[in-house]
Amino acid sequence: MGHNKELIEDLEKKAKQLRRDVVISIGVGVAGHIGGSNSAADIVTALYFYKMKHDPKNPHMEDRDRFLLSKGHVAILQYAALAEAGYFPVEDLKKTKDIGSYLQGHPDVIKTPGIEAGTGSLGQGLSIGLGMALGLETNKIDRKVYVLLGDGELAEGQVWEAAMAAGAYKAENLVAIVDKNNLQAQGKIVERMDSNPIIPKWESFGWRVIECDGHDMEAILTALDAADEKTGKPTVIIANTVKGKGVSFAENAVGYHNGALTEETYRQALEELE
Amino acid sequence: MSYTNQRVAYGNTLVELGRENPDIVVLDADLGGSTMGKMFEQAYPKRHYEMGIAEANMTSVAAGLAQTGKIPFTNSFAVFAGGRAYDQIRQTIAIGKLNVKICGSSAGLSDFGDGATHQSVEDMAIMRAIPNMTVLCPADANETVEAVKAMVEMDGPCYIRLNRNDYPNVTEEGRKFQVGEPTLMKEGTDVAVFATGYMVNLAMRAAEELEGEISVKVVNVSTIKPMNTEAILELVKDCKAVVTAEEHSVVGGLGSAISEVLRKECKPIEYVGVNDTFGCSAHNYQDVLNYHGLTKEHIVETIREMNR
Repeated sequence: MGHNKELIEDLEKKAKQLRRDVVISIGVGVAGHIGGSNSAADIVTALYFYKMKHDPKNPHMEDRDRFLLSKGHVAILQYAALAEAGYFPVEDLKKTKDIGSYLQGHPDVIKTPGIEAGTGSLGQGLSIGLGMALGLETNKIDRKVYVLLGDGELAEGQVWEAAMAAGAYKAENLVAIVDKNNLQAQGKIVERMDSNPIIPKWESFGWRVIECDGHDMEAILTALDAADEKTGKPTVIIANTVKGKGVSFAENAVGYHNGALTEETYRQALEELE
Repeated sequence: MSYTNQRVAYGNTLVELGRENPDIVVLDADLGGSTMGKMFEQAYPKRHYEMGIAEANMTSVAAGLAQTGKIPFTNSFAVFAGGRAYDQIRQTIAIGKLNVKICGSSAGLSDFGDGATHQSVEDMAIMRAIPNMTVLCPADANETVEAVKAMVEMDGPCYIRLNRNDYPNVTEEGRKFQVGEPTLMKEGTDVAVFATGYMVNLAMRAAEELEGEISVKVVNVSTIKPMNTEAILELVKDCKAVVTAEEHSVVGGLGSAISEVLRKECKPIEYVGVNDTFGCSAHNYQDVLNYHGLTKEHIVETIREMNR
């Protein structure tokens, strides 16, 4: 236990930067998915800037770990990570959703470097990840596939088809991460479609479950490192998070699932993320 | 080796191609005994994935496999392969132009016993509407062998629809399949019949019956998408009317595709197909075809009508 303090601080800074990038790419007056981006920002930072082996100059490098954003509506968060890692210029984040832009509202495998597969029709990323995990295994490439899901997304039946299959195939190179922010588009998960209890569900499908605080960088790194241990089972990390984390007015606010910022709230968000 | 069943031709061809190409993998959703995916499973157990009764997951898993360099074939009944997994095909495979091959087995009314729930009268319409998708409907077992080879050679998503039942071949064995090329089966100058799948067989027999009465041209359209506009326009030039024949709804399938091509040609077109209804159970294939008017006699009658 215990990662280098400097590393943790660097990653925390990076996560803050990603949140800033998200706010900037959403801009003023147009709705953007700030809530789910901010809840997952620390996890995504830990993956791209600590855990995953990847090369922005060679996105198709064979010996790479892979990341799939099953909750594809927070593409702006992944774009921020890809840009900060050097896949494309950070300035381009402002071009997200422009007509003809290579940065679409959801991840596009053809248009955007660093995207592994198109996602965003919810519930499909884990299946795609399982296919990649099985393919990597037969190709004898000892790398992992990380799939980020939302907890609202767990209502999609296909998630459990994939969970069952991954358990049956003992896909130990597959790591699911649930961004458990307890909100979905229309309200609280416990009130709209309660996916709880989550942990026994995954366990019963043959997964190893690791729970962590999704905003404690040390805890995230520890969880990701623990997922490296080969147990003959796929691993799911349940990351307890706060939707909108880091921007006070967006925290736990249903309205900022896909909300617009005013001149004032835009400025405030950036100030809070200084 | 000659086959008289498209499923058997498909299963054997995958085994044969799999011998040379280690990237070919096959996925089934507990219907391998029917789709003939079991042949591949027996030959290469490590390259066959039993995904259980979960077509959506199977299809997205295939997308992931394709992204690691595999050439996955997903097998199920057409109604599930293209219907139940529509969103998975659309979202990840078609938008991303992933190299996934989807086999819609027991297509059309060919699963006669199971009835409407298992008969696909709209799979070509659905698949044809998806950008980036190639849609194949081979006429017989001979053409199936070659079409499967072409699927492996081409890069990108492709849907193939296959018949469940045995029937004689009408296409030449070993004739290379060119995606997008309709095949002129019989010359004629009065009425052009564009047929696909088993209906090519019936159209040929209809043309024979009309020999000496009406000069019928028969064209096998085994690529439903991309539709070869130039070739179709050229083929209808010397005919005054057009008939299409398909084991599929008249909404959105071959008839619609040919009509789209001929929209500026001012040539009358009539469809032989399933008239915007679901299928139904029958004790044998012929009965369900008769009930829906998918017969040589109906094609003959339609050609006569259009020749007036």
